[in-house]
Amino acid sequence: MPRPDGGESVLSPEALEANFADIAPPLTPDAALVESSKCLFCYDAPCTIACPTHIDVPAFIKKIMTGNLTGSARVILDANPMGHSCARACPVEVLCEGACVLNERDEEPIKIALLQRYATDHVLSHDLKLFSPGVDNGRKVAIIGAGPAGLSCAQDLRRWGYAVTMFDAHPNPGGLNTYAIAEYKMRPPTALAEAKKILELGVELHCNVTIGRDIPFADLERDFDAIFIGIGLGATRDLGIPGEDLGGVQDALSFIEHLKTHSYPDTRVGNDVIVVGAGNTAIDAATQAKRLGAQRVTIVYRRGEEEMPAYPYEYELAKRDGCEFRFFTVPKRVLGNGAITGLECVRAELGAPDARGRRQPVEIEGSEHVIRCDMLLKATGQLPRAEFAREAGLTVEGSKIVSSKPNVFVGGDAASGGAEIVNAAAEGKAAAARIHALLSSALAVA
Amino acid sequence: MADLSVNFAGIRSPNPFWLASGPPTNTYGQCAKAFDVGWGGAVWKTVGEPIINVFSRYGSIDLGINRMIGFNNIELISDRPIEDNLREIAELKRNYPNNAVIVSLMVESKREAWHDIVKRTEDTGADGIELNFGCPHGMSERGMGAAVGQVPEYTCNIVGWVKEVSKIPVIVKLTPNVTDITYIARAAVEGGADALSLINTINSIVGVDLNTFTPLPDVGGQSSHGGYCGPAVKPIALNLLSATASDPAVKIPISGIGGISTWRDAAEFIALGSTTLQVCTAVMHYGFRIVEDLTDGLSTWMDQSGIASIEELRGRALPKVTKWENLDLNYHIVASIDQSKCIKCELCWTACEDGAHQAIRRYPRVNGGPVVEIIEEACVGCNLCAQVCPVQGCISMQRVPNDHPPVTWKQFTAGEGALAPRSEHFHTATFSSAPKQG
Ligand SMILES: Cc1cc2nc3c(=O)[nH]c(=O)nc-3n(C[C@H](O)[C@H](O)[C@H](O)COP(=O)(O)OP(=O)(O)OC[C@H]3O[C@@H](n4cnc5c(N)ncnc54)[C@H](O)[C@@H]3O)c2cc1C
Ligand SMILES: Cc1cc2nc3c(=O)[nH]c(=O)nc-3n(C[C@H](O)[C@H](O)[C@H](O)COP(=O)(O)O)c2cc1C
Ligand code: SF4
Ligand code: SF4
Ligand code: SF4
Repeated sequence: MPRPDGGESVLSPEALEANFADIAPPLTPDAALVESSKCLFCYDAPCTIACPTHIDVPAFIKKIMTGNLTGSARVILDANPMGHSCARACPVEVLCEGACVLNERDEEPIKIALLQRYATDHVLSHDLKLFSPGVDNGRKVAIIGAGPAGLSCAQDLRRWGYAVTMFDAHPNPGGLNTYAIAEYKMRPPTALAEAKKILELGVELHCNVTIGRDIPFADLERDFDAIFIGIGLGATRDLGIPGEDLGGVQDALSFIEHLKTHSYPDTRVGNDVIVVGAGNTAIDAATQAKRLGAQRVTIVYRRGEEEMPAYPYEYELAKRDGCEFRFFTVPKRVLGNGAITGLECVRAELGAPDARGRRQPVEIEGSEHVIRCDMLLKATGQLPRAEFAREAGLTVEGSKIVSSKPNVFVGGDAASGGAEIVNAAAEGKAAAARIHALLSSALAVA
Repeated sequence: MADLSVNFAGIRSPNPFWLASGPPTNTYGQCAKAFDVGWGGAVWKTVGEPIINVFSRYGSIDLGINRMIGFNNIELISDRPIEDNLREIAELKRNYPNNAVIVSLMVESKREAWHDIVKRTEDTGADGIELNFGCPHGMSERGMGAAVGQVPEYTCNIVGWVKEVSKIPVIVKLTPNVTDITYIARAAVEGGADALSLINTINSIVGVDLNTFTPLPDVGGQSSHGGYCGPAVKPIALNLLSATASDPAVKIPISGIGGISTWRDAAEFIALGSTTLQVCTAVMHYGFRIVEDLTDGLSTWMDQSGIASIEELRGRALPKVTKWENLDLNYHIVASIDQSKCIKCELCWTACEDGAHQAIRRYPRVNGGPVVEIIEEACVGCNLCAQVCPVQGCISMQRVPNDHPPVTWKQFTAGEGALAPRSEHFHTATFSSAPKQG
């Protein structure tokens, strides 16, 4: 199988397809019945409390047991418009499933995510319309960014009768759900199908439009009663070391985005891949590089296993996929002549805690060494979209964009500095409620 | 959206779901909370001269991880003063004018006693009265409850006394602890009942503590038979409901009770003739919140099935209930296994082999091939394998066409019609492919 760069994919199309197949296949009807029957139907259930969108978990599970799949999905998607992608991608072991009372009985928790997937699959496969738009109330809201935060905000606003206009810089809606979630968790058509259910409520969507560049923010302030900003995060942090501009150095996000928008053999992957960073994005880049056919994938991280931001589940997955971890390893220089050949690093140990209480790695003298590679993926965290904030007259505090304008609201990764789909959904909904409170009181006096 | 509202013998209710008379309807606070979360009505815990309860009142049976599939109680009627009950009922009706408030009553079998309590009840503004002729324990020893409901004459007489003074609809709650419930139902109709509700609890002893040999529930080393209810009693309730609802002499509305826990149960009760539904055990298990899926599940299913109202659903299954002698003997089906779904547990084999008609062939577990196969010539279409199979839709019963017109037992014994050829009884010894057990 020839590749655009002239090389050969080591893996056959069938092997690639298998490598990117659903990592958590859907429950069969029998498994769903067994699993739903095991749920105790707790009162004031800890699983519900642990979910950032507070889905009434026992209620939707009970409905699966009684065969009311439509009602079950309604409970889920009413609380969390991203209920389907969350079912596929939520880090449940630190959320609902981690809180399930069955853990206290030394049992496996209820498979909440898979049940949630079971109910929401029913909506997507039957194209059910669960919600309807509210009666037009004459108020207009602009939403910048059609990712999980923006879409969740849009669903509630449309149900309450607001005219909603969305803008997104990408050709398709969905935000990172469409362009970044690990391919084996969710593929773009699924993310788009989920987005479509919300857009069908009558949202006016303008894709390929970057606010601040194509349309000034001030225009939106002039034309709309309120604005929600769900623009996610911006560029990946530079490594700040020599050789970073060599061919073969790429940021992890663009690597993943390419993979998700092209057929698998069309995405170039090295034989010897280094991923710098050890967050969840680093893990996703590493596992997907491996699944694309890289022989060796090494994750290089300045701190140790303990400090690694990736969730335990993700760490385990990377290890199972055969990725190697080099902890306490600090990149110093990218080596190569035109094309990259290796990464020079030094070893480190944890020093005294800094002002924020975080122990900084201290380089060990004389520990220089080279890790061979022909591709390097940077997963060193993303920066806030400061330029957008400036143009919009908002402030950036650390990695968060903050609004002091009464009718401009920020949510999702842009406001949090980076979290999960479920947090973005919760914040999008919360912003919708605040917009409703603001504009409906204005409606009342008008 | 399907219309769930009902008019039950003149009593209006926003939906058919009522709390049955029992612990969930003891107080104003409980009923108000229930109405707030969506219950359509409530039948107040039976009011009468206050009683004294024993400690430990309940027992139940569990099946594997499923707790309380059958529930048993030796609780008596309300232990609260009549005045307190009636005052709270009046307040409930005042604050919830759109919900159905029914008062369950039980007093001594004296005409004046009934006249008095009925009049006092009406003063509360309640929508209806339910006569508790069903409590099978304790109260029946005192000549009330089932002691009345088991004798047609008593039932008819007391209903008559109540109807002499009552201006609101009178529902008679029937006991299942009789040989033929329709006799009692007809007696209630004769006495002037406006509606029936059924079933009250079934006489039972729910278990024995094998350490102490005290049956359950244990009251200081002794026990007494109690009333059985919960999911396990649903089939009994459905049968008594269908018998009553299809009796031409009983043409009054029926409130179905007994084991209702899900919207499916509710739909089945309505299809067999109920207009309203009463729930006790499921609420005692999971709380008032279950009404959310009862109403949502029922209305979603009605929408999907194109059924617009409760009235349209009511009694739909009744014409299909008939006597055995009217069933078609030439309706021939055999079991069929979808091998792609089979998980090779061989439960069907052992069930058919040991418990039915030796109509399943068994193959050794080799090469991933099928392990079970229906021997169609031997299958009597009894359904057992399909009941035991743990995989949904794996074993289905398939029609075996024949060119014989239907014939019932009645026709057949009268010399009319002919039987289609059917399988001879098949013997295990005749197939050698079954590997030896053990
Ligand atoms: C590689 C990776 C893997 C992840 N895996 C998971 C996971 O498994 N599970 C999980 O729960 N979370 C995961 N996340 C996090 C999750 O994707 C985000 O938290 C979530 O998508 C945030 O939603 P959002 O709506 O705030 O922003 P985004 O999803 O980033 O959407 C922002 C949208 O705004 C648009 N936009 C930006 N600027 C402008 C502008 N100026 N004008 C118009 N449009 C603009 C963008 O095109 C984009 O579509 C992952 C993130 C990454 C990067
Ligand atoms: C603890 C308990 C107390 C009950 N008390 C009464 C009562 O006071 N009056 C009455 O008519 N029925 C009483 N019942 C019977 C219920 O109203 C109902 O008929 C029966 O429990 C069947 O319904 P279920 O299977 O939903 O529980 C009682 C049931 C239980 C479990
Ligand atoms: S905590 Fe577990 S058992 Fe309890 S309601 Fe939630 S999923 Fe069910
Ligand atoms: S359920 Fe309540 S009243 Fe009954 S024994 Fe337990 S604590 Fe006591
Ligand atoms: S009971 Fe069902 S699953 Fe088990 S062997 Fe028989 S057909 Fe297969």
